Order: sequence, then structure tokens, then C-alpha cells
Amino acid sequence: MEFFVISLLNGISYGLLLFLLSSGLTLIFSMMGVLNFAHASFYMLGAYFAYAIAGKIGFWPALVLAPLLLVAVGALVERFGLRTVHKYGHVAELLFTFGLAYLIEEAVKLAWGLSTVPYSIPPELDGPLFHVFSSPFPKYRAFMMLVSVSMLAAIYLVLTRTRIGLVIQAALTHPQMVEALGHNVQRVFMLVFAGGAALAGLAGVIGGNAFVTSPSMAASVGTIVFVVVVLGGMGSLGGAFVASLLIGLLQTFAVAIDASLADLFRALGLHVTSATPLSSVWDLTLSQMAPVLPYLLMVAMLIVRPRGLMGTREG
Amino acid sequence: MKTAMPHNYESAAAASRPRFPRRRLAHFTVWSLAALAMLLLPLCFPGGFAIALLSQMGIMIVFALSYNMLLGQSGMLSFGHAVYSGLGAFVAVHVLNRIGAGELWLPVSLLPLVGGLGGAFFGVLFGYVTTRKSGTTFAMITLGIGEMVYSSSLMFPGFFGGEGGISTDRVVGSAVLGITYGPARQVYYLIAVWCLLSMIAMYAWTQTPLGRIANAVRDNPERAEFVGYDTQRVRYLVMILSAFFAGISGGLSVVNFEIVSAENVGAVLSGGVLLATFIGGSGFFFGPVIGAVLYILFAVALSSLTHAWLLYLGLFFVLMVMFVPGGIASLMMKQAPLLAERKFGRMLPSYWAALGAGLVLLAALILTVELTYTLQINSDNGTLVKLAGLDFDAASLKSWVVAAALWLVGAWGWRAALVRVHRAWDEVQAEMAGGGA
Repeated sequence: MEFFVISLLNGISYGLLLFLLSSGLTLIFSMMGVLNFAHASFYMLGAYFAYAIAGKIGFWPALVLAPLLLVAVGALVERFGLRTVHKYGHVAELLFTFGLAYLIEEAVKLAWGLSTVPYSIPPELDGPLFHVFSSPFPKYRAFMMLVSVSMLAAIYLVLTRTRIGLVIQAALTHPQMVEALGHNVQRVFMLVFAGGAALAGLAGVIGGNAFVTSPSMAASVGTIVFVVVVLGGMGSLGGAFVASLLIGLLQTFAVAIDASLADLFRALGLHVTSATPLSSVWDLTLSQMAPVLPYLLMVAMLIVRPRGLMGTREG
Repeated sequence: MKTAMPHNYESAAAASRPRFPRRRLAHFTVWSLAALAMLLLPLCFPGGFAIALLSQMGIMIVFALSYNMLLGQSGMLSFGHAVYSGLGAFVAVHVLNRIGAGELWLPVSLLPLVGGLGGAFFGVLFGYVTTRKSGTTFAMITLGIGEMVYSSSLMFPGFFGGEGGISTDRVVGSAVLGITYGPARQVYYLIAVWCLLSMIAMYAWTQTPLGRIANAVRDNPERAEFVGYDTQRVRYLVMILSAFFAGISGGLSVVNFEIVSAENVGAVLSGGVLLATFIGGSGFFFGPVIGAVLYILFAVALSSLTHAWLLYLGLFFVLMVMFVPGGIASLMMKQAPLLAERKFGRMLPSYWAALGAGLVLLAALILTVELTYTLQINSDNGTLVKLAGLDFDAASLKSWVVAAALWLVGAWGWRAALVRVHRAWDEVQAEMAGGGA
């Protein structure tokens, strides 16, 4: 019970962080048809900017300033990069962001060095918030959940209740019509791209100190975010939400469970020894398999339901 | 329309029939020249490092060409192609170790074939899942599969050898005609032979019906389906073939390096082959060959000079994507009509100007990056940077002023040169169009 509650809370907080990342990716994808490979790099940049700002003027200004810097980065990338390659088609745009991910990683190495930087949790958020029986639940995890949820509520309200949100929604499906009505769709694209970058940056600010801030953090989280987007269905925000929580919970629970298929067979009365064919497969514990589970889930999903959980379009 | 189309095709084929012997001769000449170059290169550059470089280039050429079967010929952008070369290499290394233990008999020269079959096996397995989709979804699935294989490499230490990988010894079995594969030069010639055979086979494949249909599926999948082809099946077949050739490159790397580790299936190599293929030019058959040679120069030669080689490669790649999406091959092919019309000389002055300005910009970039790198990462060893025989002190303002000046001069020169190139290009094109009419 104790393990279950703590893992559930940890899984949800990780899942919400994943959704902060995948929501921006999904919005950009459904609007511009661009799969932004550099999205996880924006996450990394957010963490590094926050580390630099927090070292100078503290964590709270960094929470605001780092995403704002990412807005500028995102807008510049869209204006001077993506718009230039747009005429060559989607593959060129994809490749551009792929190359950009390389560049950002190398630039981060140039600016902050090759190893992990000591980006730490602010002292006022350090320590446990409450205890579930004997296990502590850290304050910072709760703070992460709070930031993610309030950010998501804000996106939802902006998209459904404001004028610009309605223009964005219209531009998702009918860009030509929106342009004909006199809206600057190019600028809306830039806004969405910058906004998505800022969301990823925010995720970096709150995720960088909870996990680890190093030049490899983009690569490690990037593929997971892609899995989330495929699982949820390309371009579906709701699907991305469900898939984020699913992956978050799956990874948190799987790491902690030390059961293997061999144990299952043993419970069924079959004994697996090292002489059994494929014994290395049956002896794998769930915690050993944890890094692969999201990808297995994605492959299974693609076989059973290729458009993802809530996707509408067939890729 | 329906009746007219086949008729048109037939007449076109009839018209080109007399040219076939000439084309065959041209092919023969090109391949013979390639073989001759491969034969003579290690004699011109006999050093150990040069041989190692050439061997890796040969392996990368096979790998990049196999990748281009997907990207260039069939329009499938894969982010996990190292899976097939890597798993092929693992299969090959296990077979080689069995040969060494005396459990199997196979000449080492045929080991790349084993790698190829291994790659094709995994192509059959994974390709079934990946090729169900095309376009962006295909790209993401390949990324996922690549990541899956990479992370499972630590789960199955028996097959993948854990963190250290699996090492082997290529000098096994009885020497055939005195070839033991002990010296690096013998390995180079093995790689060269396999490289040439694979290149010819892959080129021949582009001329087969499957190769042609793959082009059709790339250009217009909907039409290909209407004509009656199952696009999914075409993609699947191409994927298996491509995995086979990737596996051959994996088998070659086993013989060359005598070690296979998880990095052989990793995302770095998958990304690398994409960069190489695209920089070389995916639209032409020989494009990836140029790209592979450049990539190895970057990855092996440049990486021994500077730690920032990935930055240079990434920057080069992004600039190519933004301004020369056809790759280096397309730049070269654009000059072909000029050469044929003997107008290339007219372009040369402006090209020289652009080259000069480009070199100044390159110098500015290198100076800036190396100065930053020295300050940020390598400052324990002093702040002195040696470039082209000159000393720059990263701690002094003077070096930074030099860098800034180079940037300004280079940018100004580049703009001026581009204007000249465009003007000369337009003039030559106008003349050629006028001459033709």
C-alpha cells in the first residue's frame, strides 16, 4: 500500500512533466506538421538557463526568466531556421530540427562543460511534504505537480477561452481560411513554436534539478517524449495527456518491481532453469526491463492500433 | 490516357535502345575506375593511419549507400539504421568466435555475408513493424526501435556482451593463398572488394523493377497503389534488402575493429549515417559515397584534432539542410551542363571569390569555437590555442578581436561573392538557353 501510493504519486508527477514536454510537441506537430526533434533540447536549455540564472539571482526569477528566454530562442529558430527550409517540405524541416538538436547539445557542452552541473532544488522546497506511513513524499515533487497542472490549466484556458486561442485552433485545421480572414498565420506559427519551446523550457527548469542536468539529458528524455506522442496519437492533446501519465506510471512502477516471467511460471508450477531455452529472456525482472517497456508498448500499439490512443489521422 | 501511356513508354524505350551499349561501356568504365582507385589508394597513402581511415571509409560507404536505399530511393527517413548494421555485426562476431573455437568452418572473407544475413533477419523482424507506416510516423517508429534495441543491449549480456561488448580475433582458420588478415592492408583489400561488390549490387538494384517501384512509392504512394502495387510490401522488401547491406557493413566492421559493443546499435551511429547520406546528397546514387568519405574525415581525422568536431559536423549539416538540400552531389551535378557546354570557366572567378570568403568565415568560426572551448573545458592546460602555426591566447582580448574581425571581413566578402556567383550563373544560364533556341 505504502509502496503503491508513493509510486503512484511519483509516477503522476513524472507523467505531468512528460506532458509539459509532449503538449508543446503535439501542438507544434498538429499545427505545422513539423516533428520538432530539438524539443528535448529546449528542455535541456531550460534547465541550463535556470541553472545559470539561479546561480546569480535565485530560483524563483529563473522559473520565469528561463522560459521567457526559450520564447526568444524558439521564435528565432522558427523565423530564421524553419521558415527557410519550409519550402523544401516536411523532411527538410525534420532534418533541420535534427541537426539543431546536435548543435544545441554541442553548444551546451561548449558553454557549460561536458559533465553534470550542480543545479539543485531551492532550500525552501527541500525536504518532505508529508509521509505515507514511513516513506516521505518530497515537497519538490508536489511543487512540480502544482506547476505542471496550473500550466496545463492555463494552456487549456488560453486555447479555448481567448481570441488568440481560437485563432490557433482554427489555424490547426484550416490555415488558408484563417489567412483569408486576415490573420497573420505565419506569426501564429511563430507564436505556437515559441510557446511550445517555453513549455519545454519550463519543464527543464522544474525537471532539471529533480533529475539531472547534463548534456545527455536531451537525448535521454527526447525519445520518451516521441513515444508519448506516438502512443497518444499524433497531434492529439488528450491522447498525449493519457499517454504521458501512462508512461510516467509504467516507468515508476516497473523500476520497483523485481518479478520476472520465470517467477510467473513458477507460480503456475513450471520451473525455469538455466537449461531452459531462452532462459535469459524469462529470467529478466521487470525492473531490468523498465527502460525498454515504453518502446515495447509503442511497438505493440503500432501493431494493434496504428493511429495511437486518440489519434484521428493515419500517419 | 490508359492506352496511350504504355505506347509512350515503349517508344521511349525503343528510342533509347541504341544507346544501351554506350551506357554499358560507361558503367564499365566508372566501376573499373572505382576499382582502380581502391586498388591504388593504399599504395599512395601507405601509412597506418591512412589505411585505417580508408578502411573505415569503405565500411561507411556501404552503410551510407544501404541507408540511401531507404532515404533516397524509397523516401523512408530512418533514425535507427544502426540497428541493422549493429545486430548484423553481433551475429558476425558470434560466428567468428565460433570459427575461432573450431565449432564452425567458414573463411573469414565470407564473414560480411554472415553479417548481411543477420542484418536481413532483423530487417524481416523489425521491418514488419516499421514499414507499416510511412513518412513522419515511420521516422518516429524507427527511432523507437533503435532506442529499444540499444537499451536492451544491457539486458542481454550473453548476446551483446554487456558494457564492454564482444571482442574477437580475426586471424583464425587456415590461411587461403597466404591471406591471414593479420596485417591491416589485407583487411583493407577485403573491405575494398566487399565495398565494390556491394556498390555494384546496390546500383544494379536501382535498375530493377523493385528499385523503380520503390521510386514510385517515394514520389506518389497513392498512384502506386492505384496501379496495383502494395506500397507497404514494397517498403518492407526494400527495408529487408537495405538491412542486408547494412549488415554487410557491420560484418566488415567486425573484421576491421575486432570488437562490437552496444555503440554499434546506438543513436550516434544512426544519426551519423543520416548526416553522411544527406550531406553527400540523397538524390544521386553516388551522393552517399561523398558523404561517407566526408563523415569519416570528420569523425576520425577531425576528432583527433578537436573535441568540437560534432559541432562542426552539426553546423555543416544544418547549413546544408537550409541552403543546399540536394547535398554536395547536387552542387556537382549542377555544374555538369556547364562543363558540357564549356562554360564552366566563366563561373570560376566568382567561385574562387566565394571559396576565399568561405575560408575566412571558416577561420573565424574555428577560432571562435576553439577559443571558447579552451576557456570553458580545457582551461587546466593553459589558455593557449595553436591554430595554423599561430598562437592565440584565449585569455587576452587580442585573439577575440581577431576573431571578430575575421567574422566581419568574411561576412562582407561572402555577401559580395554570392552576388557575383548569382550574376555569373544567370548570365551563363541565359546564354545557354539562348544558344539552345
